[in-house]
Formats: sequence, C-alpha cells, structure tokens
Amino acid sequence: MAITLSASDAPSPPLSARLSPPQIWGIALLAPYLLVFLAFVVYPVGYGLWLARHPASYVELYNDPIFARAAVNTLIFLVIGINIKMLIALFLSGFFAQQRPWIRWLSVIFILPWAVPSIPTILSVRFMLNPEWGVINQLIFKFTGDDGPNWLNDPAVALAMAIGVHIWKSLPFWTLILLTGRLAISHDLYEASDVDGANWWQKFRYITWPSMQTLYITCTLLSMIWTLGDFNSVYLLTGGGPADLTHVLSTLGIRYLRLDQLSLAMASIVCAMPFVLPLVYFMMKRLSR
Amino acid sequence: MKLPTLREVGTEAKLLLIGIPVFIWTMIPIYHMFVFAISPKEDAFTGKLWPTHPTLHNFSIVFHQQHYFLRDFWIQFWNSTVIALAVGALTLFVATAAAFSISRLRVPGGRAVMNMALFTYFIPAAFLAVPMYRTMGTYGLLNTHWSLILAMVTIAAPYAIWVLKQASDKLPVELDEAATMDGATTLQLFRLVYVPLMMPSLVAVGTYAILLAWNEYLYAFLLLSKDTDITLPVALGNFLAADDSPWELLMTTGFIYALPPAAVYYAFKRYMVGGLTAGAVKS
Repeated sequence: MAITLSASDAPSPPLSARLSPPQIWGIALLAPYLLVFLAFVVYPVGYGLWLARHPASYVELYNDPIFARAAVNTLIFLVIGINIKMLIALFLSGFFAQQRPWIRWLSVIFILPWAVPSIPTILSVRFMLNPEWGVINQLIFKFTGDDGPNWLNDPAVALAMAIGVHIWKSLPFWTLILLTGRLAISHDLYEASDVDGANWWQKFRYITWPSMQTLYITCTLLSMIWTLGDFNSVYLLTGGGPADLTHVLSTLGIRYLRLDQLSLAMASIVCAMPFVLPLVYFMMKRLSR
Repeated sequence: MKLPTLREVGTEAKLLLIGIPVFIWTMIPIYHMFVFAISPKEDAFTGKLWPTHPTLHNFSIVFHQQHYFLRDFWIQFWNSTVIALAVGALTLFVATAAAFSISRLRVPGGRAVMNMALFTYFIPAAFLAVPMYRTMGTYGLLNTHWSLILAMVTIAAPYAIWVLKQASDKLPVELDEAATMDGATTLQLFRLVYVPLMMPSLVAVGTYAILLAWNEYLYAFLLLSKDTDITLPVALGNFLAADDSPWELLMTTGFIYALPPAAVYYAFKRYMVGGLTAGAVKS
C-alpha cells in the first residue's frame, strides 16, 4: 500500500524515459496506419453519423418507396443469393476435390471470373441481355422467330440477373476456400467409411459436413457482409432501374449521394447497421483469435 | 492397357456432366467479350459463335485512340497503372510497419489497433464511400489522384495488416532476441531480419493491393471526374452514357483492361491462394 502511494506521489518520469527504444519505434511504425485510420475512417464515419443525426432523415427515408424496395432487394440478394451461391460452392468443392488431370485444368479456368476485373465482364453480360442486339435475343429470334423478352426491364428478372452476375464473379473464390477445407479432412476417414459400406450421402453427412460446418457458416456470414457492399453487380448491370426498382442498399446510398442528399445516404447506411454490426462482431471474434 | 470398367466410365461421365456446364458457365461472359473484341463492327451483332472475318482492327483503333470515347485511352491506362502501383507501395509500407510494430515489438495498444483495422475490413466499402467522398472534399483532395490512392490504401491496409500479422506471429521470438543480442537496432532488425523473412507474404499483400486498386470502380468513379484524370474502369462505365456506344470497342478496351490483372493473378497465384486461404480457413 505504502509503495503504491509513494509511486503515485512521485513525479512521473517523462514519457521517453518510461518507454524502451523498441517501444518508441513501435509507436513510430504504427503511426502511418493510425494516421490513415484517423483521417479516412474515424473522421468520415464520425462526420457521417453526425450528418445522420436528424430523426427527420429517417422519416423521409421511411416515406421513400425506393428505400423500402432497396431494403427488400438487399434481403433477397443476401438470403437467397448468398445461400444459393454457397450451396453451389459446397457442391463444386466436392467436384474439384476429385483427383483428375482435366479437373485440375478446369480449376485453373474456373478461377478466371475471380481473376479478371468485374467491370468488363458485367458489361459483357449487360450486352448479352440487350433486348434488340444482345446475343441471347438474337439466338431466340433465330430459332423461334419470336422476339425475346426485354430482360432488364422486368425488375424481378433484372435483380435475378444481378444476383447471377454476383454469383458468377465470386463463386470461384468461395469454392476454392471450401475446397481447402475439404482437402484438410483426413483421407483415412473416407477409406474407413468405404470399408463400412457408407454411401455418398452418409459420407457427406457424417464425415464431410461435421468437419466443414464451421468453415461453411463463417464463409456464408463473411460473404453476406461483403455482398452488402457489392455495388458493381447491380449498378453496372441495371443501374438500379427499371424505375429504381432494383436498387440495393449500396447503390441506393450512392444514388442519394449523387442527388446531393447526403443525410439520406447516411441514414440509409445507419439503417443497415443493426444487421451489419452483429455479423461484424461475430466475424471479428472469429478472426482475432 | 487395361480397359476401364463400366463403373469407372459411369463416374467419369457423371464428373463430365458437372464439368462441362461449369466450363460453359465460366467462359460465356469472357468469351462473349472476346468475340466482340475480334469482330468487325458489322459482324458483332449477328449472334454468331465465331466471327466470319476475325480481325484485330478494334485493337488498332483502341491503341491509336481513333474514337471519341477512346481519345484519352493511354492517359487513362497510365492513370490506372500509377494509381495501382502507388496503392501497392503505400499499402506495403503502412501495413508492414504496423504488423511489425504489433506483432514483433508488441507495442502497447497494438491489439486494439488490430481490432479497429479488422472492423474497417468488415465495413462494406460501398458504405464507407459515402462519407469518404465528402471527407475528400473537405481535405481538398477531390478530383486528384491522391484521393483515390489514399482511399484505396485505407481499404487495402486492414486485410494487409492482418495477413502480415498472422504470418509474422509464426516467426520465432528467438530470432529477434538473437539479433538484439548481437547488437542489432530495432531498425536493423526490421530491415535485415524481418523483411527478408516475410517476403512471400509481402509479395501476396502487394499483389492484393495492386489488384484491388486496378479493379476498383466505385471509388474511382466517385472521386475522379475529368476525362484525363479517370482510370480505365471509369472510362468503361462512361461508355454506357451514350445510346450509340461502340460495343465492339468497349469490349476490346475491357479485354485489354482485364489482361494485366489476370496475368498478375496467375503469375502470383501461389502466393495469393496461400495468403487468402490462410485467412479464411483459420476458424
């Protein structure tokens, strides 16, 4: 007790004396990132939240039918789109785990969508779907003599196409991740189950899935967080149209920004936070171990 | 040679039944782009699987900037290159220093910084774009390349730090102790021990940052506007503004734009896959 008192009574030594040289270096080396973080994360986020402080913004947002539609679209995108994607990825990871030379070659090609930038390929799909000149309707006309549908003019179809583009782009990545998880499973387990006469479903149910379920769920959640920020798939394919019916939250925020309604843009993002933050918290607990 | 059994043929057929659709699905948008790029203007819209008269004329038009939409092609290509390389270099600098400080020097508060960085990594980039745009205006950086470079460093750094920290946590502590015992200063430890040992991860992180910056559309489109300032993806997006866009030229430009990152990706695939999966599988 006496010691602690005397320690706190004594004038504290200057900061440089209390820190060892490596610690001073440590702070100096951490400083560049801290500066970036303060200037381009803390300040913008704080400023954004300050802009979104008025309840009136939320009332206006609530009364904007485009916002409600965008929220529903985002949910469809995440809940349906991501789960379809992850199920296909889980299935294909089993396919790519097969040891065949041609499957190894195919896996090299399969990664292309992930390796090339998304803009040219999204625009390529957009042209394919063009009602008059796109290759799909050209082929429909050639074989049936009928005009094909105006694909991107129907909000439901247009959103489905945007989800398709998203899946096309990110399926290889998740398949690859799940494949590494699958390859980590000991081969002995499968051999033992072969001896026991297990069929493919029993092998999946009792060997593959138990070892992969944590990874699978982590990947699904991570993909959901990232997909919330997928601006390109929707913006470059449909531009939010027809009639602003295919917006998702990320394109809507940018739409408000372009219309100079910054407080609405921030409010729409704040509205997504109750959904985003638990996912982020969960992922951080996972990754910071 | 042993003839395959009926059962083996059946398995192979089932695998092909999956493999062929996967191949077609993967290739369609890329092949479509490629066919457009090598088709003469009149051929491009006939819906043929292979043009009757394949040509490289479109590439020549792009390289000689012989179209209204392409008059700044080379300067935009240059912009994309400079910005991507600057983001790569700056991210490497910022992230290596931070990872060394957190993982090796165990600086007080390092763990908190790591968590803040991870938090940034999980905030969708499109959400951060809105306040970031306004902030860049406040800083007076809007419409300069610095705005895009700094924004991309902000986005690339968290993952970079995390990957580097994971990798450097695996280096034995005895290494640092031995070097210090031999009288190495902290800076020497960083330069002569840490950086050489971390090379594979540094390559992965640098490539990651360069590709991220080269491929970025949203931030580039928000932060830059002048035709001679923008990067290639923004120029591609601008093609859409007109109804009479020359699709074959757009697809050609897109093809040229997509080649460097694809080449880099395949060249560094070894590092990329290692770095990426190390992150995702650890669960």
